[in-house]
Amino acid sequence: MTKTSSYNFMAPRKFLGALSILLVIGSLVSIAINFLELGLDFTGGTQIEVEYETAAQLEPIREVLKNSAYSDASVQHFGRPEEVLVRVPPIEGEDKDKVGQQVLAQLRAQDPGVKLKRVEFVGPQVGEELRDKSGIALLIALGLMLIYVTLRFRFKFAVGAVVALFHDVIITLGFFSVSRLTFDLTALAAILAVIGYSLNDTIVVFDRVRENFRTDRGGTPVEIINNSLNQTLSRTLMTSFTTLLVLIALAFLGGELIYAFAVALIVGIVVGTYSSIYVASNLLLVQNISRDDFLEQEKVLDDMP
Amino acid sequence: MNKYPLWKYLLVLVVALFGIIYALPNLYPDDPALQVTAKKAGAETAPDVLERAVAALEKSGISVKRSELLPGSALIRFNNVDDQINAKDVVQSAVSDDYVVAMNLAPNTPDWLVSLGAGPVKLGLDLRGGVHFLMEVDMAKATENKLKNDLNNIRDGLREEKVRYKQASKEGDQLRLSFTTEERVSQARSLLQKEFRDYLIQEEQADNVTTLLLTLSEQAVKEIKDYAVSQNLTSLRNRVNELGVAEPVVQRQGADRIVIQLPGIQDTAEAKRIIGRAANLEFRMVDWENDPLSVSRAPVGSEFLPMRSTGQGVLLKKDVIVTGDRVVGASTGYDENGRPQVNIELDSVGGKRMFRTTNKHVKDSMAVVFIELEPEKRTVVVDGKEVEKVFTKETREVINVATIQSALGNSFRITGLDSPAEAKELALLLRAGALAAPMYFVEERTVGPSLGQQNIEAGLMSLVTGFALVLLFMVGYYKLFGLIANVALVLNLLLLVAFMSIIPGATLSLPGMAGIVLTVGMAVDANVLIFARIREEMANGITPHAAINAGYDRAFLTILDANITTLLVGLVLFAFGSGPVKGFAVTLSIGILTSMFTAIVGTRAIVNLIYGGRALQKLSI
Repeated sequence: MTKTSSYNFMAPRKFLGALSILLVIGSLVSIAINFLELGLDFTGGTQIEVEYETAAQLEPIREVLKNSAYSDASVQHFGRPEEVLVRVPPIEGEDKDKVGQQVLAQLRAQDPGVKLKRVEFVGPQVGEELRDKSGIALLIALGLMLIYVTLRFRFKFAVGAVVALFHDVIITLGFFSVSRLTFDLTALAAILAVIGYSLNDTIVVFDRVRENFRTDRGGTPVEIINNSLNQTLSRTLMTSFTTLLVLIALAFLGGELIYAFAVALIVGIVVGTYSSIYVASNLLLVQNISRDDFLEQEKVLDDMP
Repeated sequence: MNKYPLWKYLLVLVVALFGIIYALPNLYPDDPALQVTAKKAGAETAPDVLERAVAALEKSGISVKRSELLPGSALIRFNNVDDQINAKDVVQSAVSDDYVVAMNLAPNTPDWLVSLGAGPVKLGLDLRGGVHFLMEVDMAKATENKLKNDLNNIRDGLREEKVRYKQASKEGDQLRLSFTTEERVSQARSLLQKEFRDYLIQEEQADNVTTLLLTLSEQAVKEIKDYAVSQNLTSLRNRVNELGVAEPVVQRQGADRIVIQLPGIQDTAEAKRIIGRAANLEFRMVDWENDPLSVSRAPVGSEFLPMRSTGQGVLLKKDVIVTGDRVVGASTGYDENGRPQVNIELDSVGGKRMFRTTNKHVKDSMAVVFIELEPEKRTVVVDGKEVEKVFTKETREVINVATIQSALGNSFRITGLDSPAEAKELALLLRAGALAAPMYFVEERTVGPSLGQQNIEAGLMSLVTGFALVLLFMVGYYKLFGLIANVALVLNLLLLVAFMSIIPGATLSLPGMAGIVLTVGMAVDANVLIFARIREEMANGITPHAAINAGYDRAFLTILDANITTLLVGLVLFAFGSGPVKGFAVTLSIGILTSMFTAIVGTRAIVNLIYGGRALQKLSI
């Protein structure tokens, strides 16, 4: 039987709080300067994934396309050396939906053994809409979380939880910006899943903090929070660990299309686990949470299921 | 102590059985197959056609798993996707152009499972291969067409009522009608109010000329748009059916878009050609004054057009009675003598025109002309340079000629058709022929079948690996309780797959598989919460039974809170996501719900079965 640990989590809270702020600022700066490597879903354009019989040489392919109408196409390997991804930025005009067929025809003229794996064409307008919709989805998800935590806990908790969520989302996006991983719709889905997961983690901690503030009459707020974190530590680590296990399996075995998704979640879960402790709980202390905050609420809560 | 009432055990058992039965069909994966369907609507695929195809396949060394004749089509199953792809061209050339050969996935579910309504999960396009199109209806064109059309009709109407107008023209999105006397203005107004109610009318005075400015009302614009989209939707559905694709999806998306999904289609160029085809219909009189056999050239006001079925020329009047835009309905039926016919319904304007013409021409013949508009690239020389330009190629064919028995109105019928199949095709063309407004492609995603297969394998591989790791870890860390949690985890996976299989419209995409993998990782959370709590309570010196009770009770609210937040995110994803992201949202949300049941009720049932009613010193946790 394991004994509950007794780490003094809150000791380095000022240092780590500052680190978090630096990370968030760094991420924002990187996003502002480098932007995100937006995927086709958001930029519009055409991409064609093809497979060659042997490892493909990129230069000749670039050469062929340079002499065609698609001189600004980018050509790169995709996952394996035999596979090549050609991206063509959005073009204007009648034929914008035929780019895929025409690029494929050019590649086939050069090497008849080319096998088509995938063509995606997204009109510029659709890309823009998906971009807007995604932003709205993110904000709505965050807003819903704020409302939910305010209803179930206290406003101070909601502030802590939602700041932690912004923290996680911004740092994960910052990671995408720095690593130049392609940010597409599935990566966005991953970010939203990170929001769900991170809050999940924060709520488990908060639940315990609330319980301990009501039952533990002696401790200071720092002691109570430290206790709560220690009590939930094994669960926090266990769940993060099992989730990371499957995500690592997904990242390495799930194929190129799912890679960015898995990596976004891995980063998000690591950051989310950390933020439950050093952002969410930390912010409770910053807001001077005390036993008084729970006095009136206890009555209300007793009526709840 | 720690015993469930019998009904709770039974509930868990029933749920487990449900999960097993409805997840089971997924062990019998669909076969890659080719479906051979006759192009002519309603015709059967003859057994000899199938024999020809199978013989051709044998000759080219492609092994066939099984072949069968189904009502309306023939099905050839293969062992793998590569065989299927190679076989397509072989079969197509063996069965001639009268048949559509479509890639398909043929179900393999045993009959007893089918009779329970069970079937495998529907795979998304990224897993089975196929094309996804998003098309946008050109709404500006739709309103412009309406304005042009109405302007002609208003002119006709004014002429008929003998109201002289100075000018009638279309400017931007307005119609302008000007008159020189007040009397004519009021006559025109009464005509407009009677027959053209879609317009808001303003008046303008200048130099003794009164101009009526007609603008489409908001309601009318909305109706035009709705009509354009729904009309195009119908046309597209019919066209997609022509492609002979199994399980196509044609759906409206938002105000002016249409989604088309064609599983198994490889040749996007062909699919695009047929889907994007702009076509229309005309009803015209067959020239009653001239005998086509006695004239060498078409007389003035007439022209020869080829018959679609025979290619033989038919001499038609150039004047068009009514175009396909006026057809509001077409269906097949049988006349008094049991011969096939097509019932056609026109709108009121079309009906009036039809009456006016046919009233004068009883016993003469009327023809239905099919016009196909196809964009065609031609190289032209401009300023000494060769430039590619897009032209619209128009093909006109007569699809039917019939004798007018009596004056026709809003609804009439076309008889003299050869077969029910021909009637069905004519009705289909009449319904499907016209696009109310042009459309263009705004999104296309094609996934080759080999990539689909690869995605399935990658998804399964990561699922199995992740799952195995989690199972091992749980047993190692929580011993017997870990094993119990694992049973719940397996049950959760079964339930998730079962629900995905029976929910109509649910499809499994690659992100959906990622959702399942993620659910597996997160589903243990509930058990971890409970078990951690039980350990903690035991450490506080409570008896094992009380600790189990306290663990489940105290962890419950936390689990609920934590899962509701993830569920909320799932809802947001579902509402805002498109295609694959929706798939992720669905598996994630279902997974959360099933995991709450299995992790709380499921494990408790097992724990109670094992420990219930026994005196305990310690727990294997």
